[in-house]
Amino acid sequence: MQNEVQFAGFGGQGIMLIGKILAHAAMEEGYEVSWVPSYGPEMRGGTAYCTVVISDQPIGSPVIKNPRHLVAMNRPSLEKFSPAVQAGGTLFINGSLIPVGSGRDDVDELNVPVVEIAKELGNVKTANIIALAAFVARSGIVSMDALKASVKEEFSQKPKLIPLNMKAIEAGIEAAKKR
Amino acid sequence: MAKVLMKGNEAIAEAAIRSGCLNYFAYPITPQSEVAEYLVRRMPEVGGVFLQGESEVAVSYMIFGASAAGARVFTTSSSPGISLMSEGISYMAGAQCPAVIVNIMRGGPGLGGILPSQADYFQATKSMGHGDFRLLVLAPASVQEAVEMMMDAFPLAEKYRNPVMILGDGLIGQMMEPVEFPEGLKKEPLNNDAWATSGMDTRKSNQRNLVKSLFLDPEALNNNNLTLKAKYDKMKQEEVRFEDYNTDAPYKVLIVSYGTMSRVCRTAIDTMKSQGVEVGMVRPQSLFPFPEDRVREAADVPHCSVVASIEMSMGQMVEDIERSVQGKKPVKWFGKCGGDVPTPEEVVDFVHTLL
Repeated sequence: MQNEVQFAGFGGQGIMLIGKILAHAAMEEGYEVSWVPSYGPEMRGGTAYCTVVISDQPIGSPVIKNPRHLVAMNRPSLEKFSPAVQAGGTLFINGSLIPVGSGRDDVDELNVPVVEIAKELGNVKTANIIALAAFVARSGIVSMDALKASVKEEFSQKPKLIPLNMKAIEAGIEAAKKR
Repeated sequence: MAKVLMKGNEAIAEAAIRSGCLNYFAYPITPQSEVAEYLVRRMPEVGGVFLQGESEVAVSYMIFGASAAGARVFTTSSSPGISLMSEGISYMAGAQCPAVIVNIMRGGPGLGGILPSQADYFQATKSMGHGDFRLLVLAPASVQEAVEMMMDAFPLAEKYRNPVMILGDGLIGQMMEPVEFPEGLKKEPLNNDAWATSGMDTRKSNQRNLVKSLFLDPEALNNNNLTLKAKYDKMKQEEVRFEDYNTDAPYKVLIVSYGTMSRVCRTAIDTMKSQGVEVGMVRPQSLFPFPEDRVREAADVPHCSVVASIEMSMGQMVEDIERSVQGKKPVKWFGKCGGDVPTPEEVVDFVHTLL
């Protein structure tokens, strides 16, 4: 069984980080994982994306044409990548920046205004963690315990930020339920 | 040790330290700058040295100097930077000084691009610089294998007193995968008695060492080249590495592919298998020496009708495959060179054109 997730958005939205956190959580759950970043010139102020592959078998191609899931944090990413998502996958949309849907009826579309929720929590920088938690809650790709452990590990050098990010995870779970 | 999630570049850096290599000289270039970024922090923790040269040419002589002084040393760069190092690497080969050189390839020629490529195959395996010399070239296909090859590269360089190259594409450097390192630092002392110019009191033998690649006497130069040739012949006998995939099936097409490209092929082979089409693969892990015998044997079975070189370069590996297959089967090529790694779907489509 293999799952692929593409994370995409603007450079600076924390796209690479949430991909890494998911890959780390899956690794701790015993899966084979790979994380492939875009590192081309488009990173300079443009689109940033990464692909995470999670599998119970050794991973062949880390290069994925049709990922199972997409987390789109801005409109260009949604427009560029949503047609490639596999039928039956989860398609996360950052509703704060994307006023449209994917127009697909064969995927599980989840629209969450993560920027507004992050502002309510008091720190707009947590928007990416809210998006990740909402996506994980909806797709069930890893357990919520593994995700929390991975976030704690990621912020182990900045422990002050851990309670805020735990709140962000709870907010993400909550948002995934409502819609 | 537990698995850790690391970028290939960082894992390569850590593997060098675990190999007891505490001397690193380099100049930054995408897509391998994370090696230096990692080591600038890590080397001081283990009492090692990282010095950024003023250019790759300077770096090649820094590693030459460190090696001549008897130190275990390595450098990393990417394609254009490796070209600049070619002079110093040729001098090291001529003077029989070991070192490990990592090339995380980007597209070319010239400045090319910064995305993954395998365009330096010829350079690494045939013509790293002027003069009659070869590098032992290992090509990892995963971050874990990059670590293992790095840890093998130092003893191999010292065994042959010759530079060893780890040839990875940009994806091997940029990708994160779980890796496991052996515990602790490798404490095996470097036996450099045969070449180090470290002072007689530091060595067991009474031999006076002279590091040089200049031999004005024709006979002496010829002898030096014969010595080098004997080493390269020995590498061909002892250091061939490869891995088979799906070759116990009655494959019609045999793929030869290495590095990241071979993983894409593996997925394509699985896809085709589920559609009832059998395709086998030989993945060279050593590019020099090339697994000639294995490629010939694998191509020479009755059910195999064609051999395909699938690479992120314009058919550079085709020549080695043709040399191996010796005209017994046709050799076809598929590849891309701009930085987009071909997808499994593209490989499947190509293989179908051969059936």
